[in-house]
Parts: sequence; C-alpha cells; structure tokens
Amino acid sequence: MNRLLKNREILLTVIIALMIAGFSTRAQGFAAPGNLANIFNDTSILIILALGQMTVILTKSIDLSVAANLAFTGMAVAMTNAAYPDLPLALLIVMAIGIGAFLGAINGYLVWALRIPPIVVTLGTLTIYRGMAFVLSGGGWVNAHQMGPTFLNVPRLPVLGLPILSWIAILIVLGAWFVLTRLPFGRAAYASGGNPTAAIYAGIDIGWTKFIAFVVSGALAGLSGYLWVSRYAVAYVDIAAGFELDTVAACVIGGISIAGGIGSVGGAVLGALFLGVIKNALPVIGISPFAQMAISGIVIVLAVVFNARAERKAGRIILRDRGAKEVSA
Amino acid sequence: MPILEMRGISQIFPGVKALDGVSIRLYPGQVTALIGENGAGKSTLVKILTGIYRPNEGEILIDGVPTTFASAQAAIDAGVTAIHQETVLFDELSVAENIFLGHAPRTRFGTIDWRRINSGAKALMLQLESEIDPTIRLRDLSIAQRHLVAIARALSVEARIVIMDEPTAALSRKEIDDLFRIVENLKRQGKAILFISHKFDEVYEIAENFVVFRDGRAVGQGRLKQTPQDEIVRLMVGRDVKDVFPKVEVAIGAPVFRVESYCHPTEFRDISFELRRGEILGLYGLIGAGRSELCQSLFGVTRPSSGRLVLEGKPLDIRSSGDAIRAGIVYVPEERGRHGLALPMPIFQNMSLPSLGKTSRSGFLKAANELALARKYAERLDLRAAALSVPVGTLSGGNQQKVVIGKWLATQPKVIILDEPTKGIDIGSKAAVHAFIGELAAEGLSIIMVSSELPEILGMSDRVMVMREGLAAGVFEREALSAEALVRAATGNQ
Repeated sequence: MNRLLKNREILLTVIIALMIAGFSTRAQGFAAPGNLANIFNDTSILIILALGQMTVILTKSIDLSVAANLAFTGMAVAMTNAAYPDLPLALLIVMAIGIGAFLGAINGYLVWALRIPPIVVTLGTLTIYRGMAFVLSGGGWVNAHQMGPTFLNVPRLPVLGLPILSWIAILIVLGAWFVLTRLPFGRAAYASGGNPTAAIYAGIDIGWTKFIAFVVSGALAGLSGYLWVSRYAVAYVDIAAGFELDTVAACVIGGISIAGGIGSVGGAVLGALFLGVIKNALPVIGISPFAQMAISGIVIVLAVVFNARAERKAGRIILRDRGAKEVSA
Repeated sequence: MPILEMRGISQIFPGVKALDGVSIRLYPGQVTALIGENGAGKSTLVKILTGIYRPNEGEILIDGVPTTFASAQAAIDAGVTAIHQETVLFDELSVAENIFLGHAPRTRFGTIDWRRINSGAKALMLQLESEIDPTIRLRDLSIAQRHLVAIARALSVEARIVIMDEPTAALSRKEIDDLFRIVENLKRQGKAILFISHKFDEVYEIAENFVVFRDGRAVGQGRLKQTPQDEIVRLMVGRDVKDVFPKVEVAIGAPVFRVESYCHPTEFRDISFELRRGEILGLYGLIGAGRSELCQSLFGVTRPSSGRLVLEGKPLDIRSSGDAIRAGIVYVPEERGRHGLALPMPIFQNMSLPSLGKTSRSGFLKAANELALARKYAERLDLRAAALSVPVGTLSGGNQQKVVIGKWLATQPKVIILDEPTKGIDIGSKAAVHAFIGELAAEGLSIIMVSSELPEILGMSDRVMVMREGLAAGVFEREALSAEALVRAATGNQ
C-alpha cells in the first residue's frame, strides 16, 4: 500500500505537470514561475485547511465546520483589528489560532465524550459557528479601510521571492509532516483510523486522539480565518461558504482514505494544488464558472473511484496470499 | 419413516474437514437433540440443512427422495427452517412484517395485502399461545417475545423440519417452559425438530433422540431414555489427549498475579484466582460463559464494578488498556484480524504500536528503534516478509498472526492472556503455537489461556478454571483434570 501511495503522489505530480503544460498552450505564460508562485499562494489557505482536515479524516472522522470556523474567527479578528487598531498583529494571530482551536475542541469534545458521529457534530457546529459570525457582526461587513495596514499587508510581504502567506503554508506542511510521522500522536491517528479496535488493544485512547485531531483542525481553520480576511481584505458572514467541501475534496484527490488510517501529507498537499491549478486555469482558458463547478465535481468523483479501486486491489492481494497459504497447508 | 435423512455428509473447507461422513435421521413428531462441543460441526450441519453450504459428499433425502438445496430458498421450499441463536429479525419493522418478510401475501394488483399479513400473523401468534399485537414494532418486544416471532416466522413458511439452534440461551426458566410448550405443540403437529443445546437437563426434558458430534463425526446416536448422562458426556469428550500435547515441564515459581473477587455489572461475578510464574492457567467454559469478558476487563478494555488486581504484591489500578500494558499485562485477542492489526500500516509500526513509550526518545518517534524492535521479534518468530516496512495487509494469514504475537511480546509482559490462540488455524500451525506457548511459560511468563477446545485445555494447562454463566464453576489442578469433570462443571450438570 505504501508503494501504491507513493505511486499516487508521483501520479498526481505528473498529472498536475501535464495540466500546467496543457493549459500553457492555451494561455501564454501560465507555466511561468511567477504565475505558478501565484497559484501556490492562491492555494495556500486550501493547503492549510486540507492538512487539518486530513488529520481528522485519518482518525475516521470528518470536520465539516472548518469553513464556518474560518468565517467566525476571521470576523472576530477583523472586528478586533477595526476596534483596537493598536493591538499587535502577533496577538491577533494567537487569538485567531486560539479561537479556532477552541471551536475545534468543542467538536472534538462532542465526538469524544458524547460519542456523537463526527459528521453530525460538525454539520451542527457548521451552522452554529456561521450563526455566531452573524450574531457577532450583526450581519455587517468589515471592509479594507477599517483594517490596519499591518493587518492587511503582512501576508503579502515577499520574502525570498514568495509572499509570507506561501511561507506560512510551507511551514504548516512541514509541521504537519513532522507531527504525523514523528510524534506518537500521528501514529495514534493512523492506528485509530486503520483499525480502531486494534488501537484500543494497543493502549491508544481513540477518543483523545480524535479530540486532538479536531483541535488541530480547528486551530488551522482559525489561522486560515485571519489569512483569508487579510488576503481578500474583507470580512462578512458568508466568506468561504462551502469551502469545507474543497478541503475534503483535496484530501480525497490526494489519496486520503475517507475510511481513515491511510494517507500522507504529500498527498493532501498535491490534492489541494490539483484543485488550485484547475480553479486558476479554467477562467484563464475561458471556461464558464458553472462548468468549473461541474468539472471540479467530476474530478472528485473520479478520484473517489480511483481510491476505491486502489483499496480493493490491496484486498485482493491479501486474499490471494491466504489462498496460496491454504493450498500449501 | 424419517422425514429427513442425511447420509454420509462430508463438508470440507481448505485444510479442515468440518463434517466427516455424518448420517442423521429426523422423525415426524419427535425432537432430536444435537449435542457437541464448540467446533464439533453443529453449525456446519445447520448451514447445510438451510442451504447455505453444499456438502462435498453425501446425500439428503426428504420423504425418501434425494434432494439438493441449491440455495437458502430451496431449503425453505423443501420445508426446512431454522431458528437461530441470535434471531435474525428487523427491529424497526412490525411483528407481522417480520413474520412475512420475503413471502408476503399479495393482492390481485401485486401490492402487499396488509389485511392478510396482519390476520395471518395474529393467527400464527395465537397458535403459539401469544397475544402479541402483530402491528407492534419488534424493538418494543422482550427477547423471549422476539423468539416467539422468530418461531412464528418459521411456521409461516409451513416448515415440516424445524431446526432450533440453542433457542434457550437467552431465556429465563419461565420463558423456557413456555418455549417447551410450543415445542410440544409442534410435535403434535407432526413436525420434526432438531434441537441444538449444551444443556443436558433441557435435552432430557424435551428430546426423544440424540446425536453426539465430535470433531465433525457423529460419534453416537440413539434414544435418550435408554442413555444415561454419563454416557453422553463420555461420547462428547471421549479421547485420550495426553499424547497429542507433550507438555513442556516448567518449574512453577512464586505467585505473580492475583485477581480478587472481580465483578462486572452484567457479564461475570466474584472471580478470584492466582497465577504463578511459568504457569499456564486454562480458562474453559461454553460460549457466553463470560471468559472473554473477564479477560477484556483484566486488560482494562471494560471496567469491573468491583474487585482488586495485585501484580507482584502491588495493587493495580487499571483504567485503560494502556495502563494494563504499562503494568505488564497483555491480551492477544481472539479475532486477530478485527482486534489485532491495522492492516494499512507497515509491519514495524504495527509491532511497535503498544511499545511506543519504549522506542520513542523524549516524545519523538524513533523509526530506527522501532525497526530494531520489529527485527528482533520477526527473527524470533520466523516472520516471512519482503521488508518490515510493507503494510501488514500484504502478508499471509499465518504471518499476520506472527506480527500480532510479536507485537505483544515486544512489550515484555509479565502476564499474557491468549484468547482462543489456535482458533481457525490448521493442525500443523496449532502444534507450532502450542510449542511456542510452552516456550513462553519456560521463560517465566504467566499465561492465561482461554480455549473452547477441551484437548487444548487439558493438554496445555497447569490448572484450569471453568466458568459458567459468569461464575467460577470450579478450579482443577493438573492431577485432577479430566474431560468429564470439566464438561460437567461447564454445563452445570453434576
């Protein structure tokens, strides 16, 4: 399966490269380094959210509240910035991560302690968090002129040729890789999703593992809240509406099994980039926004079919080995 | 003349002969009891009679006419119906719908005829002397009432041959009496009944004939009236086991682990025993006696309601399986596939999973340490794999089992609980597992071995505790071990 996953990552890289090459024949300069950097920067928030989503999915759960969490947290920091322009940006970022993590902890607690299925919990909190954003803002907007220049500009500052937003995404990717492969929590997440019963017997607290996964996902959603509001220079109730589905789609395309326990950081990042390239390319080559949604949808379904086939193939190998053993016995 | 006759039936699975030339006869108006240990082949016989398996050899005759059951439906059409141990019914459907599911009467227009379903169900329930409203949902019924529905379902297909697979397992004495009245009623209607039960008192109460299965063979049959219980117990176990299991003689050391009046709210009560260094304690009992539940509770998967554990003189407070592993108690579960391994994960990660505390350095995973640990136990267990980094799911069943055992040995336990260590593996591998268990004992591990196989229990154990209905029904030292004594204690038949 590991080799299969590696194949999946290579395959995705090849497909993304082919797509970029293909699009550049239709739109000049699409493959230029500057444009590619732009696409990466555009996809940064999706990458960050997809990594949080992946952590949750690995434990056999799902977090549908990430976009609502982002909207609430974004609104909260934007309003704070508008009301107290003197507060340092670092404090606002810590606040965003803290609020996000707290909202994630609510999800995690409901899943862990009350044993409510994650899809139900986060479907509920999705509505609640968006509703809270509405209550907080009274339905109003926070516009660019109300935000401080530091608040707006820091993610855009170029460092070594890339905006800070991109660097943040790169740091999060490295961090996620480290947490999932080098910390016991990562191993516990894979084990909890791969075989929950075996994980319990091995002394892993599945509930706690899921709780932490939701806190991680929430914290990343909170951070993305600030990044989103700053990038688009506006905060209102409906920002990132439906974006949670993009995060799930990025995971699925990247080969993270919805059944839990299978997937890699590289896969999730490539899945997000795949969507990012399509989203950036389709308008450039003149495809209508309605067709764009349909095309994204078709790609997601194809990815799911591909995943299902890959997993079934693994099953066959097991059966064949067992059969061989029984014949020889 | 028998309604149903099976002649020389054999059922062969890869590596196992589940049934070997079995012949039985069922007569109208009579109950035939089918008796045998777990794994003697009773369930296989039921599956052949209900058309789920097709036997490799032998023939089935109904009213003297050879028949084959091509499908479960064919068996139903031939008049064979089974009432299973755990009734297979639908909680959210009404009593009447459950009874007629799959063969509901239709109106002229092909739609379901609700009037006839409800009146038919009511008539069937009355026949069973029950006044359950056929429109009530199944989930509102008690277990005994559900059993009645299952029986009514069996009768609704106009069965002539009724198989009852441990129908009394979940019933109280009064409910059993009611069930037996129904069985008498069925007898009067001329139905042939195959009654599978572990409980001798019930068998003698209700059945005319008996068949005893052992290791896939019918080793004895006849009229119950002329057969004393001792004879049946002898038929059930009758074999000499000492030769098959050359037990490794191990010097048994000081007491290591003590369980004091362990209780669980529902599964077991007041269990106490002591385990010594190098000792193998066999835990015998029928299915449902609470053995696995006791072991899971010792391992911290479920919490006891009261009781105390003492390991090497220190009282233990085990709140989770993690606590148990740290204390040095491990549990190798019965269903290795479901409980043992995370198949998508690499071999070495599966092996190191319960030992991560030892292989990690200051909170960071160390792949090199994990690989070293996995290599050590892979060598010791002769695990065959292309590399330790391949997913466990790519290994054969036997090698997967080695990963499970290696994973637990790597925690360096003091007490190891093996739940049905040889269930579902072929005879050759069994011997290897038994030899390995002997080695572990020789190294000074204390072992609790749960097993439903008498020869295994008799051959391997230094001491045996028998459980029955959640209680310790007796403890036998090796010198006092006998198959008859264990079966008596397990079935509660003195």
